[in-house]
Amino acid sequence: MKNDLNQYLNKQVQALPPSGIRAFFELVIGMKDIISLGVGEPDFDTPWAIRESAIYSIEHGHTTYTSNKGLLQLRNEIAKYLRGKFKLDYDPENEILITVGVSEAMDLAVRALLNPRDTVLIPEPCYVSYSPIVSLAGGNPQYLSTRKEEKFKLRLQDLEKIKGAKPKVLILNYPSNPTGTSYSKKELEAIAKTIHKMNLFVISDEIYSDLSYETPHTAFASLPQMKDRTLLVNGFSKGYAMTGWRIGYAAGPRPLLDAMTKIHQYTIMCAPIMGQWAACEALKNGETAISNMRKEYERRRNFIVDGLNKIGLECHHPEGAFYAFPSIQKTGMDSMNFAKKLLEKEKVAVVPGTAFGPSGEGFVRLSYATGMDKIKEALLRMRRFIKS
Amino acid sequence: MDPILEILEKDARLKPEEIAKMVKRNVVEIKKLIQKYEKERVILRYKTVLNKELLRNSSEVRALIEVKVTPQRDVGFDAIATRIYQFPEVRSCYLMSGGYDLLVTVEGKDLQSVASFVSEKLSTLENVHGTVTHFLLKKYKEDGDILRSREEDKRIAISF
Repeated sequence: MKNDLNQYLNKQVQALPPSGIRAFFELVIGMKDIISLGVGEPDFDTPWAIRESAIYSIEHGHTTYTSNKGLLQLRNEIAKYLRGKFKLDYDPENEILITVGVSEAMDLAVRALLNPRDTVLIPEPCYVSYSPIVSLAGGNPQYLSTRKEEKFKLRLQDLEKIKGAKPKVLILNYPSNPTGTSYSKKELEAIAKTIHKMNLFVISDEIYSDLSYETPHTAFASLPQMKDRTLLVNGFSKGYAMTGWRIGYAAGPRPLLDAMTKIHQYTIMCAPIMGQWAACEALKNGETAISNMRKEYERRRNFIVDGLNKIGLECHHPEGAFYAFPSIQKTGMDSMNFAKKLLEKEKVAVVPGTAFGPSGEGFVRLSYATGMDKIKEALLRMRRFIKS
Repeated sequence: MDPILEILEKDARLKPEEIAKMVKRNVVEIKKLIQKYEKERVILRYKTVLNKELLRNSSEVRALIEVKVTPQRDVGFDAIATRIYQFPEVRSCYLMSGGYDLLVTVEGKDLQSVASFVSEKLSTLENVHGTVTHFLLKKYKEDGDILRSREEDKRIAISF
């Protein structure tokens, strides 16, 4: 008799949604000559000075493990950056941990914070991994839906009316993937007040902070009384175009960082050293490269948002990241159907909004991390598609 | 620099309507500004950047020439520079600090034509008292453009 291998598999993993989106992704990857607005990473190469510093570090034999927490030089640079940019003081020895991208930092955070069935609030549409990592850590992910009419911002009235078990953690992500939504300092202060009242802990994923266009980014931890109840998570992937390097970091209160470091040291040991040296260079000398990329994204954003609204796909003005999140409700199609047909008919790839949570139904995510020529052509094709 | 100029310097084919969208300004305003820049000769002209390394039948020869000159009273280096840069063979002409005065880029259809330009036209000018000619063997990067064939997008076509 054939052995059923499923019997050996972890039930929690089996219960995770298989991501209906995967079949669609395979379809996209299998097609040739498409224009993809579905890419969640910068179209720029990592700036050469950063790449060159990694080559130099390899040439000089920097090929070993680093301290579990990461190179102290890098932690010092991060502390300097956070102080300079957000007036946030973190002790590089004990309050900063270098991780394998933001993904690892998020996973460590929920594992270090949650006891079985603890509730984590997640405003959605949101990045795809938040809910699964909470489930895998034994927690109870609870979505808070947001709406286009409010630019997909967290609804405080909903937060305050939460029923059932008392929530423990709120995951924030701004500027947001997939909606591009961000918050002003004033809006964040209002959120902070409620957080305080509800005695929540915040994991703030600010990976797109360097790609804020309208107003300078405010770190959640920099708000009054929030530093002690916030884990700041950030990294180098988006702002510095360093996705493949897998370097992120977490900064927060020492007890949490100690707990996260324990898990990190047993599972990961340390982030790759070459990437850590590259990240050092990025913080020391990367500002010009970052601001040039930011300018370019901002212009493309203005162009694509205008274009989408003109062809009848209503789109709110995203304040950051590199995504537009237009409504496709007027077409009468659902998100998945729209994405599939657009791919088949016009060879333009977008990501159905439902990949990011139930409130994503009726929307698609378009990445403008692609050249102006392609954006122009994609808009022309989408216009033709909608007219037909 | 004005964002409009930054945008046009990268891609001169963009229409005023498109630029207006990119910088969130009125198209009439953009058109007027471009006209102003053209009139003031801030925008000199619009051209296409060629990667001549890929043109097999292009046999153009370029040389960088260090020129030592005697500056003249009242006009300094400007008068002699003008004499030099008016030649159509001269593609660029810079006044330099250091061991020589003018750096001149000269282009010709072959080695001979560049050599004869230097020996017959450039060196014989009054006030020019020395030249050193460096022939260019291969171009790797020019004015910020890396001269290689197109690279495919290395990213996977779709990701979160």
